[in-house]
Amino acid sequence: MNEYEQAQQTFFEESRDMLRQIEDALLVLESDPHDDETLNALFRAAHTIKGSAGLFGFDRIGGFTHEVETVLDRLRAGAITLNGDLAAVLLLCGDHIGQLLVETAAAEERAETNAAGADLVARLQAWGPEGKPVAAATKPDTAQAAEAGGARPWHISVDFGPSVFRDGMDPLSFLRYLGTKGDVIGVTTRIGTLPDADQFDPETCHLGFDILLQGQCTKADLTSVFDFVKDDCTLRITPSDAERSRWLEILRTMPVQERRIGELLVSCGAITPDELVRALARQDREGTSRPIGEVLVAQRAVPEEVLQVAVSRQKEQRGEESRFIRVQADKLDSLITLVGELVIAGASANLLARQTTNARLLESTQVITDLVEEIRNGALQMRMVQIGETFNRFRRVVRDVSRELGKQIDLVISGADTELDKSVVEKIADPLMHLVRNAMDHGIEMPDVREAAGKSRGSVLRLNAFHDSGSIVIEVIDDGKGLDRNRILQKAWERGLIPPNTELPDEEVFNLIFMPGFSTAEKVTSLSGRGVGMDVVRRNIEALRGNVRLSSRPGEGTTVSIRLPLTLAIIDGFLVTVGPASYVVPLDMVVECIELPAGTPPGASYLNLRGEVLPFLRMREVFDVDAPPPAHENVVVVRNGAMRAGLVVDRLLGEFQTVIKPLGKLFRNLQGIGGSTILGTGEVALILDVQALIDSAARAAARRDGQPFRADPGETVTSQRGELITLGE
Amino acid sequence: MTDATSMIDGEFGIYRVAELKPQILALVVDIDEPALDLGNVTEMDAAGLQLLLFARREARARGKSLHLTRVSPIVQDVLQLAGMSADAFEEASA
Repeated sequence: MNEYEQAQQTFFEESRDMLRQIEDALLVLESDPHDDETLNALFRAAHTIKGSAGLFGFDRIGGFTHEVETVLDRLRAGAITLNGDLAAVLLLCGDHIGQLLVETAAAEERAETNAAGADLVARLQAWGPEGKPVAAATKPDTAQAAEAGGARPWHISVDFGPSVFRDGMDPLSFLRYLGTKGDVIGVTTRIGTLPDADQFDPETCHLGFDILLQGQCTKADLTSVFDFVKDDCTLRITPSDAERSRWLEILRTMPVQERRIGELLVSCGAITPDELVRALARQDREGTSRPIGEVLVAQRAVPEEVLQVAVSRQKEQRGEESRFIRVQADKLDSLITLVGELVIAGASANLLARQTTNARLLESTQVITDLVEEIRNGALQMRMVQIGETFNRFRRVVRDVSRELGKQIDLVISGADTELDKSVVEKIADPLMHLVRNAMDHGIEMPDVREAAGKSRGSVLRLNAFHDSGSIVIEVIDDGKGLDRNRILQKAWERGLIPPNTELPDEEVFNLIFMPGFSTAEKVTSLSGRGVGMDVVRRNIEALRGNVRLSSRPGEGTTVSIRLPLTLAIIDGFLVTVGPASYVVPLDMVVECIELPAGTPPGASYLNLRGEVLPFLRMREVFDVDAPPPAHENVVVVRNGAMRAGLVVDRLLGEFQTVIKPLGKLFRNLQGIGGSTILGTGEVALILDVQALIDSAARAAARRDGQPFRADPGETVTSQRGELITLGE
Repeated sequence: MTDATSMIDGEFGIYRVAELKPQILALVVDIDEPALDLGNVTEMDAAGLQLLLFARREARARGKSLHLTRVSPIVQDVLQLAGMSADAFEEASA
């Protein structure tokens, strides 16, 4: 990729960011149309897209965005107010720009897109300068001024020095010359400094002129008129409105980098280099630390407003630069991979050092280990992003879908600052979308139905996130009608998902909807209820080493909880052995370790842990290990969410930092194994999937107690498990 | 004293303003209804303009108004350039 292509790539990425900002801003403004800050942000985002598109010659994007910007500008000026209709059109415009970006990136141009664009532009006209404002103007004066086309012209104020006549120059000739630069629409001659009659020397010039000029010229053009007398006159040029907005536009869009205020103002045309030099000289003379901007304003070289924008641009740039650097994701990925290898290599060196008795070597490897851990944490932290951005994307979805369905749904977001790994965030968006749509489509009732049930007509959909024992929990909560337990059971029987007439506890009934081919929707809509979905959701989440659970109360609503690991790459593990092989339990899930009480009968599946019932699994049995057990076996007590279980292992080797290597395709269906890792010795250790093991322990215990059978396709794999692992080793 | 009209002809500019100042000042000081005939002015520059405006100021200061009986096209042009017209010369502010 050459530099130009890279720059284009950046443009597409940034523009997509901007579009998201536009969408967010519109949704905020819909509820608070007078939020000036958001209005400005909205305008800036559109403006940036337009400006950058122009830079690359993407005229389709630039042209369309310009139309949008015109309306946004009027919004900002208060000439029109954002209402639902305008928001809807602008949201569509955002989508359209998105489509244009896609097509431009693929170097194609679809006729139907152009038609859609033309249609949108036509719809925008209703809010354009020629259209009738739909809402009353909020700031009448500004609006009228803008609408009357009464843009202020250039104002040139010039005071000639006393020696001008004697130097052979005629100020009138400058006025004549000025007339060639634009239409002089008004001149006032000043003789305010003319002395008393007896003092008055008619050969000394005391003239000053105020000239109003309409025309498309630059400040430099106008200044050049007075070049001949530039050392012998005081010239103040106040820009026309058109020019002023041009400066502001340039200031707002031009790259600022490390430039000084003066340079910024010169390059946008607001001041001439001469003015800057003079202001700098004056700053020098004064010997004060008065900012150059203030000096320029005091000299009336630049309007205050223009200076403010320049200053804020400079600040913003400085701020941005210190806060963010754009890094390509794959560079970060390869860094993480390297850190992973470093962790393994470090562990290996540590092991070797421990085998020697060299104290200094041990000490230095310990220091390295600590540093590696810090680097690991730092590297992982770089990949952490807040989930808020993902959540915010649903505002649009909820808004659109609730309109489409005729339901009144409010989206409430909490825990938006909860962080998780970027790669997890990317992969969770789709499943989350499904759950959100499901909740809106099936969970939440129509307003009339809600009212009849004694609930408020408006409903609330919540997205919540929080950290819990090394995982992130994401919840989708609705206050709808809840799941229909009996219908789910009925359907499960009908479809043969569970043996007919078997009863299950509530939670297990609800989780049946995650089974492949299950759909309770009586009506198939465009959103959900096509019989695919929930099982895919569960599969996607499990692929992220996460799990999903459902709870529901009739009439009160449904909560879907997704539990995900914070990162996919590296975990703190707890190393145990069963027979000849080593296994890793994610440390976050380990509660404590106890010795298996002597005399525990071989068939037992419960332990008494300080008076509590703890179901346990003998890993020796789970993995079909033939080697005889040691005299003392250990129990690792693990937990996930509210569930706990014991895992009986041979030996405990302690904490171990580990890089997760995914298992190959052959082992994808293994239950109870989440991945593999390489030990310092070069041996392979399997990482246990604690959630699956807890489930299986609970199930085994329940079965032995004669509790109802729970259908789970995973059950049948158990017997093959040992063989596969033997192969793997 | 009542013949109020003073005439400036030919050049009305930097080279003659020193010479014209006393004449014009006398006009507005001494005459009750001072008037200037600029119909024969062939050249006029900013120094001339300044002197003219000075005369108007002095007239006003004495509660009089300086009337322009005739203006040549040259004068017309200068006045227009300076944002005034011959007809509205008295009323124009400056």
